[in-house]
Formats: sequence, structure tokens, C-alpha cells
Amino acid sequence: MRTAKIVGLAALLIAFIAFPQVFPNPATTTIAVFTLLYATSTTAWNIFSGYTGYIALGHAAYFGVGAYAMALMCQDWHVLAGYSPFLLLPLTGLVAAAFALPLGWISLRTRKHTFVVITIAMFFIMQLMAFNLRSITNGSTGLSLPIPGEWHGDFFNVPFYYVTLILLLLALGLSWWIRNSKYGLGLLAIRDDEDRALGLGVKTGSSKLIAFVISAFFVGMAGALHAYFVGSIFPAFAFDPLFDVALALMTFLGGLGTLSGPIVGALIVEPAQQFFTMQFSKNGYYLIIYGALFLAIILLLPEGIVPTLSKYWLKWKTARSSTMSAPAPAEVVDQEQLSVRAKDGVKP
Amino acid sequence: MELIVDAIITGLLTGGVYALMASGLTLIFGVMDIINIGQGALVMVGAYLSYLLAGTYHIDIFLGLLITMPVMFLFGVFIEWIFIRPLRRDRTILSILVTFAIALIIEGALGFIFTTNIVQVHAWYNEASIQVGDFYLPYIYLFGFALSVVLLAALYVLLYRTKFGYSLRAAMQDRTAAQLIGIDVERVSALTFGVAVALAAAGGMVYGATTPFNPNSHYDLISRLLVIIILGGMGSLRGALIASLAMLVIEDVTAVVWSPVWATTVFFVLLVIVLVVRPRGLFGQLEGRKQ
Repeated sequence: MRTAKIVGLAALLIAFIAFPQVFPNPATTTIAVFTLLYATSTTAWNIFSGYTGYIALGHAAYFGVGAYAMALMCQDWHVLAGYSPFLLLPLTGLVAAAFALPLGWISLRTRKHTFVVITIAMFFIMQLMAFNLRSITNGSTGLSLPIPGEWHGDFFNVPFYYVTLILLLLALGLSWWIRNSKYGLGLLAIRDDEDRALGLGVKTGSSKLIAFVISAFFVGMAGALHAYFVGSIFPAFAFDPLFDVALALMTFLGGLGTLSGPIVGALIVEPAQQFFTMQFSKNGYYLIIYGALFLAIILLLPEGIVPTLSKYWLKWKTARSSTMSAPAPAEVVDQEQLSVRAKDGVKP
Repeated sequence: MELIVDAIITGLLTGGVYALMASGLTLIFGVMDIINIGQGALVMVGAYLSYLLAGTYHIDIFLGLLITMPVMFLFGVFIEWIFIRPLRRDRTILSILVTFAIALIIEGALGFIFTTNIVQVHAWYNEASIQVGDFYLPYIYLFGFALSVVLLAALYVLLYRTKFGYSLRAAMQDRTAAQLIGIDVERVSALTFGVAVALAAAGGMVYGATTPFNPNSHYDLISRLLVIIILGGMGSLRGALIASLAMLVIEDVTAVVWSPVWATTVFFVLLVIVLVVRPRGLFGQLEGRKQ
């Protein structure tokens, strides 16, 4: 079982690595880069929102901060196009994290619904800043980034693809580690019952804030990479409310709080979104389809794909094993959505 | 100095209109514990309906409210019935996403029907103004403010003098307890949503007559409305009223003494400061532990 899992994961990884070699068409690889960027963002978003249960709808702010940080660094330090802007990525992530620290501290003083609303408000503040701080952001004219001219044709997307893949793997690894660490257990405890977690000695305040900053760090890097990939940024695109919705939509579709759910969601939604934008970009068709899809997912599949599938898989497995031998343990019902209680067998 | 007084007057007058929209939002939150991100988009629907009635059928925009408000009331009840009621698990969070999706669909549909060109609701009193002392007050602002006062007074009567109001306030205080004493909370929720959307429509008419708009404007509106209801304290009607007036006055005064560009930012900064000192907002209830 375990080896099968490892082999499966390795095969998936190889498939991801080989993808641009197998499908070198620039139109395809462009969509692939965007998809991986979203997968990175959703994975990072899930580290905070999925594990703590605090839904943040303002991460586009950090996406935008990362994008502007990248553009400004390239501009001010005269960074040449090519591979060197990739080296700035951690720095842009740190800038986004530096913004997330005070903003997260303020918004995390509130709970659940007020928190959601405040993150949205914070996002709008940042968007306004991007429009208004003309001396830094150049207002609505936007900024342009160096364009790597020596990467021709099919090759242009390839470096972006692999850098994004590395980012995704880092975010995924971190997400996996957090999920299996004591720290992550604390986050899940906050999701289940924050006051009880506090009573049991989880440092809820700092745990939440750290998770928030971590997620902003990766989302900021995704924003920076996005900016470099697209080549220019404007306030309306860098700070896009649709990005917030997209993160939530993808994660909910895949399964909030699961490890693979956000990626599954991004892999399904983002190519579809790219397709719709290309097909029906005018007259708002695209928004209608997107919104309707979103409604359908939340109303029909509120738990997401991964938890639903794993439930069926476990049902099937227990059904099979119970006909063969002993009855399955009752706790293992919801393997991916392990709540704290089920995992540790702690009785409430 | 005169400019500042003028800004304060305009701020109070437009603040009344925002109070209409925000009171709907805070009512929905109070009764159902959900946040209607679609409120801004519903305001836009109200604005476009008035635009249509005034432009195509030449119906006076205030008279047109007799048509748009009932229509929007039914629309609100419909939304609650179809999209909000089925939510069982994680109502608060999922409702935010659902209403966001509704906002997107409305934005797309409005863009499809009316195109994304910027328009404005027309009426003869849009351009005219009346001189009071040294100040010129546009009629539309005065009429809009009067409308807000009338509707908010009606809302007050509805909430505090009718049986429905009693049920609504009971549901606001404690949903479960209200159910236990025999209040049909689901019916109250649907009607509340309808009332809130009808108020949004009225607000939308005045908004559309005073501000050029397109389907995209709902982002601007909802961000302000959210800020207003957080500042006032979620679920507090009084807070929503005071915060709307305060926000618009501060915005207009900032626009005069500093720069219009920074008008909204100042208010957002104020919100952050208030939250640092008092996370529940000005008139909010302390968030208790819900079991």
C-alpha cells in the first residue's frame, strides 16, 4: 500500500516534469504555468484558511504586493531579463510577508465572519494604495518588467514552468510538514474549537498569525512570478478580487483543509477558466459561467472532491475488509479531513 | 471653511443613502448570521432597474421605486430561498462564497444586458439645485436623503411596531430560542432578505442618480458597505446608520481639505485604528462562544 502510494506520487511528479516536453505548444504551456501558479497559491492559502478554518478573502493583496515588489526591484536595481529575476522571488515573498504581518495581526483580532470581511476590506485598501501611490506604483498606468528576449518560441514558457513547479513543491512540502507537525495539530484544533484549543495550551494567536504570514509569503512569490511571466502589471490586475474568489473556489472544489484538494481544484478550475476567458471574454458571459460553476460546487459538493472521494474509497475498503475479516476501526472515517479528535483519539 | 461645511452637508446627505444599503446588510447579518457580499451587486440591479424605467418608460425615478422595490423584494426572497437556505454546514463562511458568486453572476448579467458603458439615472432634478443660505444643495441629494429618512422610519416601525418585527428581533437575539417559541425563523429570514434587498434597490436608485456607474461599480460599493457595517458593529442597525454618516462626511471633508484621491483611504485607516482598539466595532456585541 505504502509503496504503491510512493510509486504513484513519483509517477505524478514525473508526469509534471515531463509535461512541457510532451506538450511544447506555447498555448498549452502558458495555461500550464498559470495553473501551477494558482495551485501554488491555493496550497499556500490552504495552509492558513484550510487548517485554521479562518477564510481569508484578501490574499490578492499579497499577490499584488509580490507582483509590485518584483516589478520595483527589477526597475530600481536594473535587473536584466533572464534567470536573475527568479533569484528575487524569495525576497518578494518576504516583502509580501512583511505586509501580511501587521495586516494579519489586525485582522486576526476578530473572529470568523468579521475576519472574512476585514480581509476583504484590507484587500481594497491595498488596491487603493496601488492606484493612489503614483510615485511608487505609477498609478493606473502600471509598471513593466524586463522581458527575457533571448527565450524564443516554445522555450519561453519552460523556465517559468519549472520555477513555478519548484514553488508548488515547496509549498506542498511545507503544507505536508505542517499538517503532520504538532504546530499543524494546533491549527486544526483552532479550526475545531478555538477556545478549547486555547484552554489546552495552543498558542492560538501566534499560530494563526504564523500560518497567515506563511501563506502570504508563497502567494506573494506566486504574484511576483505572475508579474514576470506576464511582463507588465496594473493595479486592477495585480489586485484582482477575482483572485480571492478563485482561491476559495478551487480550494472548496478540491476539499478545504486537505493536502491535495487545493491542487486538484486548481488543476480543474484554472484550465477551465482560461478556456472560458478565451471563448467568452466579452459581454460578461465569463462571469456568469464562473459564478454559476461556483454556486453549483458549493451547493452540490460542499465538502469538495477529495474528501468525497476518500469517503467513498474508505467505504469501499471497509466494506471489502469487513466481508473478509475483522470490522474496520470506527475512527478512520474521514482520512483526509482528520480532525484533531479523530487523529489523537481524544474524547471530547 | 465654506467648502468644509458644504462637504459636511453633502456627506450627511449621501450618508443617508448609504445607511439604507448598509442597514439591509446588517439586518441580514443580524438575523441569519450571514454576510451578503452580493448587496453591492443588488444595489446595482436597483440602479439599473431605475435607469431602465426612467430611460425607456419615462417613469419618474421616485415613483419607479413603487415598481422596483417590490420586484427586488421578491428577488431577495427568491435568492434566500434558492441559494441561502440549502446551506447547512458552515453557513457563515459558505454564505459569503455563495453571495460572492451571486454578485459575479449579477455583474456578468448586467454587463451582458446593459453593456459595461458608464451610465447615470436621469431625472429633471439631477442638475437643478436649491439655494440654502450660502450653499447650493442639489435636489437629488435632498430628495434622496428624504427618501432614506422615510424608508428608515418605515423600517423602524416594521421592526419595533409589528409582529413580524418582533419575530425578526427575536431571531436576531437567538435563532434557536426564537424557533423554540414557535417563530418560523426560515420565513423570517426570507422576508428579511427581501426587505434588505428592497432597501438596496431604493439606495441603488439614488446612487445611480448621483453617481455614474457600470456593472463593475459593485466592488466599490460592497467594500464601503462592508467597512461601514464592521465599523458600526456587525448586526447593529444604529451602528450602521452612524457609521454611514461618519464615513461619507469624513470622505467628503478629506476630499476637500486634502485630496479626493485619498478620501476613501482615510476612512479605511480609521477603520483599522478602531479595530485595533475595539475589535467588535463601535456598537457591536461581544462575540460570544457559539456552541
